[in-house]
Amino acid sequence: MKLRKLPLPLFIFLLGHATVAAEQPAPQSIILASTTSVENSGLLAHILPAFTKETGITVHVLAQGTGQALQTAAWDDADLVLVHDPEAEQKFIAAGDGIDRQQIAWNDFIVVGPHADPAHIAGTHDAVAALKTIASAQAPFVSRGDKSGTDALEHRLWHVAEIDPAKAGGGSWYRDIGGGMGAALNAAQGMNAYTISDRGTWLSFANKGDLTVLVEGDPHLLNRYDVILLNPTKHPVPKQALAERFAQWLVSPDGQTAIGAYKVQGEQLFHPSAAAPK
Amino acid sequence: MRGGIGDLPISRSPIADPAGECLPRFAPVVVGPALYLMLSRSLALLFTPSAMVIAQALLAAPMIIALAHRAIEEPWQEYGGALRVDGATRLRSIRMLLAIARRSVVTRVLAGFGRTISEVGAVLIVGGNIAGYTRIMTTAIVLKTSEGELGLALGFGLVLIGIGIVVSASAFVLWERR
Repeated sequence: MKLRKLPLPLFIFLLGHATVAAEQPAPQSIILASTTSVENSGLLAHILPAFTKETGITVHVLAQGTGQALQTAAWDDADLVLVHDPEAEQKFIAAGDGIDRQQIAWNDFIVVGPHADPAHIAGTHDAVAALKTIASAQAPFVSRGDKSGTDALEHRLWHVAEIDPAKAGGGSWYRDIGGGMGAALNAAQGMNAYTISDRGTWLSFANKGDLTVLVEGDPHLLNRYDVILLNPTKHPVPKQALAERFAQWLVSPDGQTAIGAYKVQGEQLFHPSAAAPK
Repeated sequence: MRGGIGDLPISRSPIADPAGECLPRFAPVVVGPALYLMLSRSLALLFTPSAMVIAQALLAAPMIIALAHRAIEEPWQEYGGALRVDGATRLRSIRMLLAIARRSVVTRVLAGFGRTISEVGAVLIVGGNIAGYTRIMTTAIVLKTSEGELGLALGFGLVLIGIGIVVSASAFVLWERR
């Protein structure tokens, strides 16, 4: 009869052993909650080894959307954030969660779509006008719908255009996929639809198919990346010294040079901007 | 096909566990966020391999227990009476039944293994898909797909299938020849 009680404690015991065996924490490591764009574009994989070599600090990167990354940090599950949604960042800082925001790099967003371009927006430089045209043509448009920085930008543009896309085309031409940048590009490619992408993810994306850049060069499409530390008055910040060291490295000449040196097929993906904020 | 536990004409088998019958139906996608909430605010566990091991164990254990239990139902119906007449202890009965149903138990444990190595929802949520730390075959497949590297994603998938086949084949060779 005693046996009946044995399996559960035994299971927990074994589970404990398995977890201890699996755990090999780096002596010094921090968790960076970041956007999918800086991770999927390969930027962090390119610059982090230099930082780790110099300082011995390993940076574990969570590739999340900006909204999720800020939430992860607000719950103390990350040590700092690297994100690209100025409005959400201001809220994060105003709520007492973040301090010391510094811009580290910029590039731009682009409107991409099929070569056939049913809404005839190719070659224009006005993203808001392009969205209006897409809406009136009821051409398929893929939205991230994941509260990421790119999603926030898209919604700001619709707001300026005075169109509620979910109301105007939800379930028909406006397709909210609730996914990352890569998933949105795959979906747009598969459905011959328009979408908005950051340039970094676009340049390194390998399944472009019939998609091409149609609208670029609108000041609305500026994309800035900021690093933000957690506010010690609200958070326990056990690794603040390491997180600060990483933030300082990103804006230092070494970090800025590494960011500017990252190229895909000869094209520079991110422009270092710590010295001269845009 | 045989019926469930309730249909057993004789008494319940020694490790009857109705909970084990319904737990496997817990979707991995529920275990993910539930475990995330439990581990959150303790930087030590969330986004570590440990968190992934816990998630996988929580998903696989009930399923394997339930399947193994079903595998020994039949021999229990057949030999249960004899074992009890024989005065066999609980432990000895279980051991005998597992030995009799060995082949089918191994198949079912392998089914649990297959589900574990192909699971992607829960481990992505609690592991975070950190390169070189919590990135595994399935989360790498998701990542490569999102980077548009569909060929590479498919390649990873083939490697994963290969690993599954090798493990299953080894298990059968080891257990069949014992």
